[in-house]
Amino acid sequence: MKIGIVVFPGSNCDHDAWYAVSQNMHQQAEFIWHETASLTNVDAIILPGGFAYGDYLRCGAIAKFSPVMSAVKRFAADGGLALGVCNGFQVLTECGLLPGALVRNANLKFVCRPVELEVATCNSPFTHEAKMGQRLTIPVAHGEGCYIADEKTLDELQAEDRITLKYLDNPNGSLRNIAGILNEQRNVMGMMPHPERVADPLMGGTDGLTILQSLVHAATASQMSQMGTERSVPCGVGLGQRNPSPFARA
Amino acid sequence: MSTSQITPDVVSAHQLSPAEYQKILSLLGREPSLTELGIFSVMWSEHCSYKSTRIHLKKLPTESPLVLQGPGENAGIIDIGDGVAIAFKIESHNHPSFIEPFQGAATGVGGILRDIFTMGARPIAVMDSIRFGRLDDPDTGARNRRILEGVVSGIAHYGNCFGVPTVGGECVFEKSHEGNPLVNVFALGVFKHNEVFYGKATGIGNPVIYVGAKTGRDGIHGASMASAEFTEESKQKRPNVQVGDPFMEKLLLEACLEAMKTGAIVGIQDMGAAGLTSSTCEMGSRAGTGVEIDLAQVPQREPGMTPYEMMLSESQERMLLVAEKGREQEVLSVFKKWGLDATEIGVVTNDGMLRVKQHGVVFAEIPNRALADEAPRYNRPFSKPLRTAPVTGPAIASKDLTADLKALLSSGDLCSKRWIWEQYDYQVRTNTLAGPGAEAAIVRIKDTNTSVAMALDGNGRYCALDPRQGTKLIVAECCRNLSTVGALPVATTNNLNFGNPERPEIMAQIVESIEGLAEACKFFEVPVTGGNVSLYNETLGTPILPTPVVGIVGTLPTDIPVPLRFPRAGLTVLLIGGLGTPELAEMGGTQYAKVIQDSLWGTPPKLDMAYEKRVQATIRELVRAKAVDSAHDVGEGGLAVALAECSFGKENIGVHIRLDSELPPEMLLFHEGPSRILVATKNPANVLARARINSVQAAAIGVTLEARVTIRNGNDILIDSAIADLKSLWAHALEHLLHNPVLV
Repeated sequence: MKIGIVVFPGSNCDHDAWYAVSQNMHQQAEFIWHETASLTNVDAIILPGGFAYGDYLRCGAIAKFSPVMSAVKRFAADGGLALGVCNGFQVLTECGLLPGALVRNANLKFVCRPVELEVATCNSPFTHEAKMGQRLTIPVAHGEGCYIADEKTLDELQAEDRITLKYLDNPNGSLRNIAGILNEQRNVMGMMPHPERVADPLMGGTDGLTILQSLVHAATASQMSQMGTERSVPCGVGLGQRNPSPFARA
Repeated sequence: MSTSQITPDVVSAHQLSPAEYQKILSLLGREPSLTELGIFSVMWSEHCSYKSTRIHLKKLPTESPLVLQGPGENAGIIDIGDGVAIAFKIESHNHPSFIEPFQGAATGVGGILRDIFTMGARPIAVMDSIRFGRLDDPDTGARNRRILEGVVSGIAHYGNCFGVPTVGGECVFEKSHEGNPLVNVFALGVFKHNEVFYGKATGIGNPVIYVGAKTGRDGIHGASMASAEFTEESKQKRPNVQVGDPFMEKLLLEACLEAMKTGAIVGIQDMGAAGLTSSTCEMGSRAGTGVEIDLAQVPQREPGMTPYEMMLSESQERMLLVAEKGREQEVLSVFKKWGLDATEIGVVTNDGMLRVKQHGVVFAEIPNRALADEAPRYNRPFSKPLRTAPVTGPAIASKDLTADLKALLSSGDLCSKRWIWEQYDYQVRTNTLAGPGAEAAIVRIKDTNTSVAMALDGNGRYCALDPRQGTKLIVAECCRNLSTVGALPVATTNNLNFGNPERPEIMAQIVESIEGLAEACKFFEVPVTGGNVSLYNETLGTPILPTPVVGIVGTLPTDIPVPLRFPRAGLTVLLIGGLGTPELAEMGGTQYAKVIQDSLWGTPPKLDMAYEKRVQATIRELVRAKAVDSAHDVGEGGLAVALAECSFGKENIGVHIRLDSELPPEMLLFHEGPSRILVATKNPANVLARARINSVQAAAIGVTLEARVTIRNGNDILIDSAIADLKSLWAHALEHLLHNPVLV
């Protein structure tokens, strides 16, 4: 099982994600340069935080044209797991893998603070190791983290159980307190809080591991079932269109 | 060479004195061209040459077994063991931040970050010391608030995008900063011993390569602007402030560190103040070589720039490097990967000259040493420090001590700065063990068992009363902050912010302060490895309070840090170091005098450095042995403020204190005598024993309990309040000052 961490010029949480996966969780992780046109060697993708290409135009607006994002789209269409954190979430909405958009925080200021989240669904490869309603404390650090979408989209997200994480103390004005959402196929998640920052007791908490371990175990299961091996994993999951997803829409 | 009419007016417009111009004539043996005059003016400016302070800065201690690089390079370097080293330094961007707060502060961050990674170190922490006029001033408050907001968002913009955590700092409000804010930025980076690079142009015939942003007309004469007093015309200097591009800087960082790994880079230096000029002549001067460049090769943002403009441009995010001849391509291909302009613009020569050509015509030809090392040095006349504050102050007679404590906790200097630091990403790179609001910032060094703690402090009030004593107190405070988290202080950087050195009373403040710094840094074994001097901090003839800002770093084993706040009820609270023996005059520089009396008088607190050192050793030993559950030093605002701060944790744990002292209650609660640390523990005997061994006073003075802060002296209740009442004032005061300033 190997996790690929995409590096855009301007990514700055790439190393943090790598450290959490490889040093805190002892899993394989490798960096994927933004000019990479195909993803062959990895079982899941993390799009890390930062300021891809400077984000001067609009967060993620340039990143969506990068070769690696075409590859990520194909990877996701094929059922591959992709987690976008912070800037990664912004990139995923810009390139249409997730609905809605992330705009300037309601108070127009950057905010860095630990926030309390509620797990709104466990029916996903990114939250299956959490309990429904579980509270996680994970920091945010963003200037443009206010999630918006039209009412219809928000209703759909809710009806289809695609809101994974909700703010209990909304730091940015996100509609319906949304902190993280899934795509329709439930194999792509974007979240504004940074799980990689709380994956080590030294950093003041390990709640981020709930998300990252869910991802790692789901990716491991997916890899195992592709190799044709049977293996029991938490929630007994296998993944992707390559394999029928256990995280199907209700 | 084009001959220009260098009239006395032209010389004076370059802020060169007639005597300095004569020195230029004799160094060159001829009249300089206008380009050459411009080059001399920036290199000989106060900002670049330290001409007023150099002879005094020599008094500072600069060596210890841990110092790998002292002053004179882009940053100092300290060995922290395991083959790992840290580079750190502080720089000011005071003048630009007044003219254009957002970009002024942003480019201040950019400049110091380049100083760190130009040496090969990856920046892992930034701290800021910022000072403004009073936010509630009826005349200037609106402007002061605007400058604060601009500076904070500028720092946030640059640091957050670049990806370096802003882990701490200080923010102070003084009348004297309303026309002259201070923005001092500290940065620290980490690397291995064998990854250090220097700004040296060695190897005759080696190519000189320009990397990064294109050169534009921005920031021309920034260095000389930073060396002049503000006048009404200063506002027209706005185009002199540069514009920062943190994304470009992030690319430069990654590309430079990657290019350094090729082994093909011989020397490298950032283009900071005086841009192309300083980088070329300093790299040549350090190596004893010459540097010849062709300006036609320099990437330019706009057409038609003159050599004068290009040599003096302070466009940001540019680096100059010297590569090994024949291996240029290895270097250039790394920059190409990162999408950066990298162009060969010249060559290292053997004649020791800075030679600037454009299309084959020589526009400047000056010995590098004349620019970098022959700058004038002045032993400017100084008087005894001019005392403007009275020796005695208003009578101290508080009616309601709890109300006084509330006023202190909601004052600009002492209130929570959360509104500021939540705008900074203080966690990126996941090393921050203790961030803003902590006793001292702590970052772990990955792949080692060592962490680095850092503290940044200044005190203009103490220094106005006695610059020597004030500076010693600042050094003691920084070392105490570090010791309180268990760190051993190892080295110092400093930013000396003063008024016009041509005035003997200001020069006196500078000399006294430097000598105090030297004395304290020697005593506490924290050599000075670099720093910055910012003079001419005056507006319309009014100088700022003398404000040396000191940054000290220390090392400690990586572990979960001891908290500042009381973690639970039922612990014994001890005061290590004793209640102190303040005289009345020592109240005049305190926050009590500032907030309650609105005055400045008397003297700074006394300091017994030997005792202070023993107190620091005591707390360091206790914290490392995990013998205490919380630790916080008594600093500005005194004992009562420190006890309140210990009670502001999520756990809502307060304290009941019983003292037995003859001191007047105002002094007991609010004097700021040093060498005092509050700890909470379930095992007070350990603390008392450790203190006894070190010949340090210590006494149990109370217990932690839920929800209240009560301080008694004998039978008198001095302070009694619910934590919530104190905390809400403290927590929201800054926002209140910003948004409802009249309702203080």
